[in-house]
Amino acid sequence: MSKLGNLGARLHRGEISYDFIGHRKLWYSISILITITAIVGLAVRGLNMGIDFQGGAVFTTEKTSVSVSQAEEYAKNASGHDAVVQKLGNGTLRIQIAGMDTQQSDEIKSELAKDFKVDSESIAADLVGPSWGDQIANKAWQGLAIFMVLVVIYLAIAFEWRMAIAALVALIHDITITVGIYALVGFEVTPGTVIGLLTILGYSLYDTVVVFDSLKEQTKDLTKQTRFTYSEIANRSINGTLVRSINTTVVALLPVAGLLFIGGGFLGAGTLNDISLSLFVGLAAGAYSSIFIATPLVADLKEREPQIKALRKRVLAKRAQAASDEDHPVARRLDDDSEDAAPAVVGPRDQGAPRSRRRPSGKRR
Amino acid sequence: MAAPKKGRSASAQSKPGRSLALILIAIVGLTAGMFASGNTTPRLGIDLAGGTSITLEAKADQGSAINKANMDTAVEIMNRRVNGLGVSEAEVQTQGDRNIIVNIPKGTNSEEAREQVGTTAKLYFRPVLAQEATGSAVATPSPSASASGSSSASPSASPSATGSTDEKATSSSSPSASATSQGRAVTDALKDDATPSASASDTAKASATPSASASGGAVTADDAQLQAKYAALDCSKESVRAKAGDGVKPGDATVACGEVDKVWYKYLLGPAAVDGTEVDKAQAVYDTQTAAGWQVTMDFNKSGAKKFADVTAKLAQNTQPQNEFGIVLDGEVVSSPYVSSSITGGQAQISGSFTQEEAQNLSNMLSYGALPLSFKEQSVTTVTAALGGDQLHAGLLAGAIGLALVVIYLVAYYRGLALIALASLLVSGALTYVLMALLGPAIGFALNLPAVCGAIVAIGITADSFIVYFERVRDEIREGRTLRPAVERAWPRARRTILVSDFVSFLAAAVLFIVTVGKVQGFAFTLGLTTVLDVVVVFFFTKPLMTLIARRKFFANGHKWSGLDPKSLGAQPPLRRTRRPGGPAAGPVETKEA
Repeated sequence: MSKLGNLGARLHRGEISYDFIGHRKLWYSISILITITAIVGLAVRGLNMGIDFQGGAVFTTEKTSVSVSQAEEYAKNASGHDAVVQKLGNGTLRIQIAGMDTQQSDEIKSELAKDFKVDSESIAADLVGPSWGDQIANKAWQGLAIFMVLVVIYLAIAFEWRMAIAALVALIHDITITVGIYALVGFEVTPGTVIGLLTILGYSLYDTVVVFDSLKEQTKDLTKQTRFTYSEIANRSINGTLVRSINTTVVALLPVAGLLFIGGGFLGAGTLNDISLSLFVGLAAGAYSSIFIATPLVADLKEREPQIKALRKRVLAKRAQAASDEDHPVARRLDDDSEDAAPAVVGPRDQGAPRSRRRPSGKRR
Repeated sequence: MAAPKKGRSASAQSKPGRSLALILIAIVGLTAGMFASGNTTPRLGIDLAGGTSITLEAKADQGSAINKANMDTAVEIMNRRVNGLGVSEAEVQTQGDRNIIVNIPKGTNSEEAREQVGTTAKLYFRPVLAQEATGSAVATPSPSASASGSSSASPSASPSATGSTDEKATSSSSPSASATSQGRAVTDALKDDATPSASASDTAKASATPSASASGGAVTADDAQLQAKYAALDCSKESVRAKAGDGVKPGDATVACGEVDKVWYKYLLGPAAVDGTEVDKAQAVYDTQTAAGWQVTMDFNKSGAKKFADVTAKLAQNTQPQNEFGIVLDGEVVSSPYVSSSITGGQAQISGSFTQEEAQNLSNMLSYGALPLSFKEQSVTTVTAALGGDQLHAGLLAGAIGLALVVIYLVAYYRGLALIALASLLVSGALTYVLMALLGPAIGFALNLPAVCGAIVAIGITADSFIVYFERVRDEIREGRTLRPAVERAWPRARRTILVSDFVSFLAAAVLFIVTVGKVQGFAFTLGLTTVLDVVVVFFFTKPLMTLIARRKFFANGHKWSGLDPKSLGAQPPLRRTRRPGGPAAGPVETKEA
């Protein structure tokens, strides 16, 4: 712990930090790239909708000694899709396969009859409709739309509209990436996937709000000081909550990773893949976007505000003066940096030098 | 969600034991309740535990055609009926052209579910043309009639109506029976007054034809046929009852049976005036004023309200029984109130000696609408879990490994503090489990696999609340505070973060729960539940526990296994704190390791 604890301490004091805001263009580009890949994947491969959404074929066998897992395999071989197999009370099997038309279902029926070593007449084939009908889907969209509007209003009131917009962008970013990767991997979309996506939706916003809350607190008396620009404080706020972000993400991701990699990979529990993949990608994207996308976006938006612009001018002017007055090495370097949109104010390079001007914790009290 | 007042934290801090006791009592109480109710495990969804599968076949003898649109509508309506709150995890889908499969998780009351999906719930308001008690029980109505006033006169008066067109005159004596409730009938919009009116019209058999024209009905050529049918109808036999009025279009006159006070009456009914689809919403209410028992009140939509007002205006001019309405549900008259004036409020109520459950089921069905087709049960069978058992066990094992890794990580990082984190997680897990187990029988909550995974993520979110708080405390220690003030200073800020972020989750849960249906609604319920529990656990368990352990030497002195060791946290010596307000002229940090 001591090493990690030290890291936490040094992040807290600002001795080490990563300049998230300064490098934002890099992260924006990475995100845009991933998002485009996701959208292309979605457009090209499309989503492989499961039986709950598009219906399919259902086969009912006669009383049989074939086990459920065996039947699953037969059905998968015959159709190339994952099948849902249930044993009925009278000893017969019900096999459901997604996305079949009558002709395909006839072929699979004879195929299955061969595997089961029965006459194909003894297997009843029928087409089934979706259990996740249009109504459920429509209502879900409606609910999402209402939620988005309300959450933007809430965030605009609790924080401010810039943060609301940034949170929304981060949310859309997370959902797009998750759906896109799902399309690329080609797993069947089940109700579990949708539930996973909704979980992500909640988590992504939750995580962003935690980061924003710290940002709001740190920028409370922003205009009363002239030492830091908004971007610098935003950056420090991210670094201050970094340990929390890492810990939370690890705690949330570990069980899901267990499901996905150990369960799906080693133990062959493929049925959990649908939900664990959407959760895994979504949780990771959610944690990433809060730090790398949402907060820099807020800083970008904020820096356009006249007040914040004025502050920036004052800060830079003061630094320039300090540099010429004292010829302070660090200050001069900062002055150089300030041509960049968002200079890193706190960083490892401060080590060893008197950190007189930039004691981050001074702001917190 | 404004930041809570600072003053509160002080009082909360002084009594940490009380909060802890409170939550422990809650857990013990809930657990005891769980064991007392005998539901010690949450009900599992079909994917995990299997259940019952009901196959329904659409009947061809109905007015509407069996086509895809009608089947889809039927699926939607059945889904909402069996899945009213969206938490029961029942599944409804079409099979082939004319079958519907309904899968219900194990442990659900399958009898009730079968009734819910099998009932068509076609509701019509038809003007009564004639009515008559059947069987030998003609005498029985009089006790109930006398209850409502001077009805002893009416049975004696009505026989004269037999076969005569002057039935109006004789039956006009019957209002005396119902007069006692007349005032109520006006105020209550539409009152069930079946009993006295029935007794009045006991023998109004032959008057059907003239009365049909009197009520402006469209009984024309097949009058005679209908008359014959009516005359032959014997509602005391169940087999006859079931078939009465089968396959009749809403626009035609028909015959039907109805039960009033355990006596079966037969009715000759005009064409449907208002239709159940024009009911906007229905609600089961208990009538405390008149002790009429459970009733179902209905709000009509705009066109329904207008039709209803028109037809009641017309009916009010008639005399008994032609001023009555037959409220016909699936071919059976559930009640036949009379009308004394036009009812314009767009509201009506059905009262027909319902039990609470019947009234609620009926209102449920009326709210969600009638099935466009009627169905008969083809087969009922049990089904095994949709997810293979082996795979599921492997999955759960994997999840358990993941959780074990979380524990290891927390212990490695937070050391002693991890005890608090784990205890909090345990409390939160126990509460979630017990509540889910209790909600199974209470509201039909069933846990499916996505919900289990969702709960795992919820653990992450719960853990985040501790992590936010722990990090705050450690930051305070790094500032040079000792543990006890650090714990209290960190709390207001951590609390605000927790409340603000949990509110967003709760907002999502609430909106989705209200707006959506089916599995999405079930998800929203789980999310809301875990979010509320998160807040409860952090406020009533984690924080008080932190306050308590801050008094322990092991933590307060910053033992290196406590996770709060100022040295390894890199705390500033307290000395620095006094200097800092003095300005930016803080010295170098070489004292860090001191």
